[in-house]
Amino acid sequence: MSLFQDFLLDYTLRNVALGSAVLGITSGALGVFAMLRQQSLLGDTISHAALPGIVLAFLVTGSKEPLVLILGAALSGWLAALMIMAIIRTTHLKSDTALGLVLSVFFGLGLVLLSSLQKRPDASQAGLDNFLFGQAAALMEKDLLTMASLGGLALVVVLVFWKEFKLLSFDPDYGAIVGFPVRSLDILLTSLVVFAIVIGLQTVGVVLMSAMIVAPAAAARQWTDRLSVMVMLSALFGALAGVAGAVLSSLTPRLPTGPTIVLCITTIVGLSFLFASNRGLVWHKVRHWRHRRHLQIEAVLVDLYRLASQHAHPDQVSHATSVLRTMTPTVGVRRSLRELVAREWVQQRSPNQWSLTPAGLAEAQRLVEISGLEEA
Amino acid sequence: MATAQLEIQAIAAVTAVGCSLVGVFLVLRRMAMMSDAISHAILLGIVVAFFVVGDITSPLLVVAAAATGLLTVGLVEMLHRTRLVREDAAIGLVFPALFSLGIILISRYAGDVHLDTDVVLLGELAFAPFDRLIVGETDIGPKHLYLMGGITLVNLLFIAAFFKELKLATFDAGLAAALGFSPALIHYSLMGMVSLTVVGAFDAVGLILVVALMVGPPATAYLLTDRLPRLIALSCLFGVVAAVSGYWMAHWLDTSIAGCIATMVGIVFGIVYLAAPQRGLVAVARRRALQKWEFAQTMLAIHLFQHEGLPEAATECRPEHLQDHLRWEPAFAKRVVNIATDQGLVIQHGELLVLTDNGRALAEQAMVQ
Repeated sequence: MSLFQDFLLDYTLRNVALGSAVLGITSGALGVFAMLRQQSLLGDTISHAALPGIVLAFLVTGSKEPLVLILGAALSGWLAALMIMAIIRTTHLKSDTALGLVLSVFFGLGLVLLSSLQKRPDASQAGLDNFLFGQAAALMEKDLLTMASLGGLALVVVLVFWKEFKLLSFDPDYGAIVGFPVRSLDILLTSLVVFAIVIGLQTVGVVLMSAMIVAPAAAARQWTDRLSVMVMLSALFGALAGVAGAVLSSLTPRLPTGPTIVLCITTIVGLSFLFASNRGLVWHKVRHWRHRRHLQIEAVLVDLYRLASQHAHPDQVSHATSVLRTMTPTVGVRRSLRELVAREWVQQRSPNQWSLTPAGLAEAQRLVEISGLEEA
Repeated sequence: MATAQLEIQAIAAVTAVGCSLVGVFLVLRRMAMMSDAISHAILLGIVVAFFVVGDITSPLLVVAAAATGLLTVGLVEMLHRTRLVREDAAIGLVFPALFSLGIILISRYAGDVHLDTDVVLLGELAFAPFDRLIVGETDIGPKHLYLMGGITLVNLLFIAAFFKELKLATFDAGLAAALGFSPALIHYSLMGMVSLTVVGAFDAVGLILVVALMVGPPATAYLLTDRLPRLIALSCLFGVVAAVSGYWMAHWLDTSIAGCIATMVGIVFGIVYLAAPQRGLVAVARRRALQKWEFAQTMLAIHLFQHEGLPEAATECRPEHLQDHLRWEPAFAKRVVNIATDQGLVIQHGELLVLTDNGRALAEQAMVQ
């Protein structure tokens, strides 16, 4: 309750929460496209590459207005993305090499600029190094406005070009054949990813912003196969993690914002991997286990049938547990027998003696027939 | 030049060689971003080991960090193998999480020890010479020089000893497996070497420079050659060039050495990217331009050859007709005819263009092809 009151009353906390929600929604939604196009690591490069742009924007204009810094970041992030595309297109170097090269060189350049700035006698540059790991508590209302309008703009463009982006993500070759300007669309979508990244830099930091592109999308992917649902879920996950992380870090001393948000989204990813309906690893394991159990039970039934069918009246004779154990190298014979009794396919004649019921006989015959197993 | 300056350059150059050696294989195996992932993730190992041992200089920290590097590789593989995400997404999930954990541990519990987040990113090459290795009573040089020298030597020995295996596993993993080499073993040994190199270099030069030196010089060298031994040698050369020139750039600008070396890596790549003799942008553009004229001349020769000695030759073989027939602009057609005349492919007989023997040979050869 007190957190809720804080949220309503506390100006800083409200800004922090709203700002993180905006960044989570934008990066979550656009991250889906990046992930589907196998460009998850492009976000890493773009966010690192934004650093020189931020410092240069400040050096040139002398202003720390959020819009100025964000535009600087976007410009250098965009330049980096274009360079990567150019390197991949014009040389035989692969995308991972281009990404690693551009990332480290741009970031190195950013550090050079930042460190020459820090040698200035006045403290005018203070706060720029917040961009390394993010500082949500420093979010002001004008930051919020800038973030929300840029993020909103990016989302509107996604809605307008929804069909084109969908085609680009799943079958770009077909798109090119039917006459869509695939290369321009590619650049447009990449530019939107750049925007999604730069509006989060102040909160999450250049080093970790890439996680906000990859992780919400990876989590959302596990829950659905529909693009529209995936984009909405991813935005929701991004917003959840953003708000939770930013509020936690604002309320706890010495808890950096970016890393906290990243750990929140990683938790969501972990839970999705384990428990997502259908694709989740836990359900996968359960299905696997059930399937195995089913096969074990069938195997015991068929074994019993094989023994019984040696006799004139198969449903009259009974066989010992120990004999059944020697037939198939499978565990849990007794457990399978009890399950078969419950299904009324097997009757327990004495503690260790079992016989088929007429229903069990019919079922076993059916199994042998469909599996094509002949009696030995 | 002061001894400290010389020592900084030596450390930077040795680090560059060590990183380039393993970097070549990362680039060839399309795992360049693994260097980024490992270099971020090892922070967690260093921090945890520091909390356990309580001593920032303990060699155990290096071991723990290298182990975290391998853990990262293992986690990425594990995630990838669940088939829930692709490999690039798996990398993008694992290392930010581990790095975040490391950063949070540092800022919550280690605020006042020498484990600063800035140092993690930047390294402080300028202070490296102050950390001396003292044997008995004598000072035999900066500790980092010996550390990186040792790691570079190990890398060199590793590559020399398993050159054949590495080469085979890199270029044809299927054949390597069929011949009985374990690609997994080679993969993990290589990743072990990468982790070790990152850990050694990280303390001196920071993690971003590690990535720059592992990816940049091999990428640059790969634009110049396809032969593995030459690739390795050129990578080391470019690494050293970037390290030394980066140092002097930082010296003149009075700024971060690691940042300047990373920038120089980019500049060296840029120069080669533009000017490489075979694959550089300039060479490719020139070749394209040349091909345009060559193709035009072949077209001209074939055109004349087709109509040679036939009644319509009087109209077909006039320079003005080329505009209609080949859809050439007048200026372009004129230039093609001029070049062809210069090269002795055609001669002008009044209004008519006539093929020489050379021109006829060119047309015949082109049509056979």
